Amino acid sequence: MSQLHPENRIGDPDTFYAELIELHRGLNDEQARLVDARLILLLANEVGDLGVLRQAMAAARQGI
Amino acid sequence: MTDPAPHFRYRRHPDQAASQPPRHKVIVVGGGPVGLAVAVDLVQQGIPAVLLDEDDTVSTGSRSICWAKRTLEIFDRLGCAERMVARGVTWNLGKVFYGEKLLYEFNLLPEGGHRFPAFINLQQNLAEEIFVAEAETLAARGLDLRWKNRVTGVRPQGDHVEIEIETPDGPYRLRCDYLIAADGVRSTVRRALGLDFKGQVFEDRFLITDVRMHADFPTERRFWFDPTFHSGRSALLHRQADDVWRIDLQLGADADPEREREPERVIPRIRAMLGPERAFEIVWTSVYTFQCRRLDKFRHGRVIFAGDAAHQVSPFGARGGNGGVQDADNLAWKLALVLKGLAPEDLLESYDAERIPAADENIMHSTHATDFMTPKNPVSAAFHHAALTLAERHPFARSLVNSGRLSRPATLDGSPLNTGDRDRFATTMRPGSPALDAPITRPDGGKSWLLRELQQGFTALYFGDDDETLVRLAPLAQGPVPVALRRIGRGALGDPSGAARERYDAEPGTLYLLRPDQHVAARWRKPDRDAIRRALDHALERTD
Repeated sequence: MSQLHPENRIGDPDTFYAELIELHRGLNDEQARLVDARLILLLANEVGDLGVLRQAMAAARQGI
Repeated sequence: MTDPAPHFRYRRHPDQAASQPPRHKVIVVGGGPVGLAVAVDLVQQGIPAVLLDEDDTVSTGSRSICWAKRTLEIFDRLGCAERMVARGVTWNLGKVFYGEKLLYEFNLLPEGGHRFPAFINLQQNLAEEIFVAEAETLAARGLDLRWKNRVTGVRPQGDHVEIEIETPDGPYRLRCDYLIAADGVRSTVRRALGLDFKGQVFEDRFLITDVRMHADFPTERRFWFDPTFHSGRSALLHRQADDVWRIDLQLGADADPEREREPERVIPRIRAMLGPERAFEIVWTSVYTFQCRRLDKFRHGRVIFAGDAAHQVSPFGARGGNGGVQDADNLAWKLALVLKGLAPEDLLESYDAERIPAADENIMHSTHATDFMTPKNPVSAAFHHAALTLAERHPFARSLVNSGRLSRPATLDGSPLNTGDRDRFATTMRPGSPALDAPITRPDGGKSWLLRELQQGFTALYFGDDDETLVRLAPLAQGPVPVALRRIGRGALGDPSGAARERYDAEPGTLYLLRPDQHVAARWRKPDRDAIRRALDHALERTD
């Protein structure tokens, strides 16, 4: 089974991070939540593999 | 316009005057589709049955409306599917809208060569009317229908069950080897035994109403999320027989069930949906919430639960009535063989082993649909809106939009009665699956269907022409539990379209062992009489 990638795979991580924050600029909480939800669904479809998605969900929840 | 509901005559039975409680083999409690299916099936398999119903008519109000292909195949085995199909409306297509826009549609029966459609819609009371007419023809063979017989007490004893019954002529008692509780979601039998019926309660309220109108809307299931006529909620429109249409409107958790039932509230909601010019008449209205729950086990010694008495789901997906009929299909042959002494009582354990996972599958689908349709918190609401708003431009998101995944027959994976494959087959059908139908021809050239040509009891379905094999298999038809041989090949059943060969991935020599409920017990590329006998014993829980 595929595993979550522990190392960075994003070409320009600082730019990605800045654009991710920028994506939410000017949105209220409800709008921001909708954007995040859409983003998660789009990215989940890119991943496609339920096993990997489960690992990602577990990792996201860890420590909370 | 509406035919009055039929009334079945209460008759005083000699049992009511007996000094000691008379004993019967099987008593079925509940004259709904599930109870009728169990009783009719048992009697057709040679086991007399008493069916008790507290009322003297069919169900009132609107309950199940969608009968799935597999249910129709079961009803056909019991002799009444054709009348139901003729009386109902046939549909295969579902459409899901978001606002005014069509998001996607699904065809539930995309291929040809099937006798029955994916679904018919037929009000439960009309289906019951047909079923009762069939049951009445079996009186001479031992189907004893007793209307206005209300069970008031249940006392399981060691080797029998004693029940108390209230009638217009007062109470009486009966005993039976087995009591089948098919008495619905508020099961008296379940309460009498004090059994827990737990699960998830959903708070959202729904308005369900049947209206009579003349409309040329297509015969398809239409479901809306956030339609303009019912903003922020969901709506369903579905055609039934006799120009009656089912409307189901989500109201939210705060809706007042008493007020929402009032015509001055209901009529404007329907008018908003159907348009101001449409004339309609309200047949029936209710405001409901739903639950997904089941009994821990369905068999409690000599008391066996089936249908809503055993498990409950939401209406989205048509999994209540169809799941219940599959319970009946699963139970009747086992009970018949146990009562004839041809299988050990252990066979009844497999009812739990097979139908509890099936109920859990229905509950899971029903819960998933409900979780999508009625978000419980801001996060689930965000994902609900995310999926819907992405769906138009991103087709992948349509598969997340869930308006109810419609009933599919259970595949009894993991059943103790299955004999696993040793040969390779390229089919989704496998041991535990219901056998697939296919168009075939009889030896005389007449057109028929594969499932229709199966007999009561076990069947060995053999593809091929090899005479020696046929001679070797012939003794299977002679045992105490006979296996009837049905052959597709030269001089036997024909498969002109090739659909049977394709659906069974059949080569010359392929043999499927089918159970009395038409589920696959085992299959082989090269049939071997001893292997078939072992698989038969396995499917009967007969140990060596």
